[in-house]
Amino acid sequence: MSQPMNITALSIGGALIASLALAQGDPLAGAVAARHAHMDLYAFNLGVLGGMAQGAVAYDAGAATAAADNLVALASINQTNYWLPGTESGAVEGSRTKVELWSAMDDLTARQAALVDAAAAMQAGAGTDLVSLQAAMGPLGSACGACHMAYRVPN
Amino acid sequence: MGRLLRWTALIVVVGAAVGWFVTGPDSLDPARFEGLTGDVARGATVFAAAGCASCHTAPDAGPDADGVALPVLAGGRSFASAFGTFVAPNISSDPDVGIGAWTDGDILTAIMRGVGPDGAHLYPSFPYTAYGRASPQDMLDLVAYLRTLPADATPNQPHQLAFPFNIRRAVGAWKLLYRRDDWTVQGDLTDQQARGRYLSEALAHCGECHTPRNALGGLQPGQWLAGAPNPSGQGRIPNITPGALQWTEGQIAEYLKSGFTPEFDTAGGEMAAVVRNTSRLSDDDRLAIAAYLKVVPPVVNTTP
Repeated sequence: MSQPMNITALSIGGALIASLALAQGDPLAGAVAARHAHMDLYAFNLGVLGGMAQGAVAYDAGAATAAADNLVALASINQTNYWLPGTESGAVEGSRTKVELWSAMDDLTARQAALVDAAAAMQAGAGTDLVSLQAAMGPLGSACGACHMAYRVPN
Repeated sequence: MGRLLRWTALIVVVGAAVGWFVTGPDSLDPARFEGLTGDVARGATVFAAAGCASCHTAPDAGPDADGVALPVLAGGRSFASAFGTFVAPNISSDPDVGIGAWTDGDILTAIMRGVGPDGAHLYPSFPYTAYGRASPQDMLDLVAYLRTLPADATPNQPHQLAFPFNIRRAVGAWKLLYRRDDWTVQGDLTDQQARGRYLSEALAHCGECHTPRNALGGLQPGQWLAGAPNPSGQGRIPNITPGALQWTEGQIAEYLKSGFTPEFDTAGGEMAAVVRNTSRLSDDDRLAIAAYLKVVPPVVNTTP
């Protein structure tokens, strides 16, 4: 399966599983599907910004700011119901979360706050100019990558 | 019978002497460094490209330990392998347990030839087979920068290696087989591709993780950057030759800068640490690495 197909497949699959899970009352599978969908929404909005940063799409301050606003909103969502105990990798199909996460929920909260900060910096940079937008991509990548490095099972 | 025994004994003794001689410590030619002085600012860039902090910071120092202004290279991080577990040494400027009392020559010989100041071989878990191809100027710059880093008194831990891998002298034989002074990717390269080759093959040592190894731990010829099992046991380190990696040069450079893949997933696992280093290079250097990756001989994996 080619790489761009993965996100689409994941989204469709996630939505199907989520609806099935909810219909059948499986909160664990639903939580995994919901947090995968949340990640897809990050990717969707990052794509707008990344396209401009890499010069594939013309810089548009309004569109960039809107995408950055979305990132802040997403990063600020209450995620309590995403991280249900018993949804670690191996326990629920499709989950890539290391079980260590549940011993480090304070760290997770700190990392979520770091992502909000990086997204807020992007809000400021996105509406200023292309150079500022490009400079704000790095800290976003670092914030995303730090959590994945700590708590996501590698491929 | 007595004569046979005497001849056998002679051959064994001569063989052992030859073996001892050829597995002796390698050295550097001091003439290569004549007239050069190290520059601390350039050394910081070499330090980032070579990825020293990723292995030599303490394991509990946190994910941003290599992001602080002056990283503390206290050592202690362990690396599982087929030969046992290696533990990275303290290379802070501490004069007792670090490299503070080493001469420039000591440090350069360790980095470029894998030999310690006492003449003992270093294990190739330290990628001196890559660093040996670096330029004398870059290495002097790196030494100058290393000396500005803080001292730390964390004692060095021994490697945990089973017999016969704990025989250091045997690494001399390994070096005879696997040390190379020439580039892996040969041929006419543009200046940009050649810069990328230098960064990848001499400093960033991408091949150490991305190339599969044989039973002796040498890199398999013909499989350069073609992917390998993850030594930590989980997952696989991907094939980044054009036979598998279809990203554009711009996408590769973006990944090395921010960690974002073309689908805006992010680098995870060990690659996140690599990206923290490559994010400190210039855009030109990252594009050079991308250009180099496009001219690496394509390998298509037939077995997972």
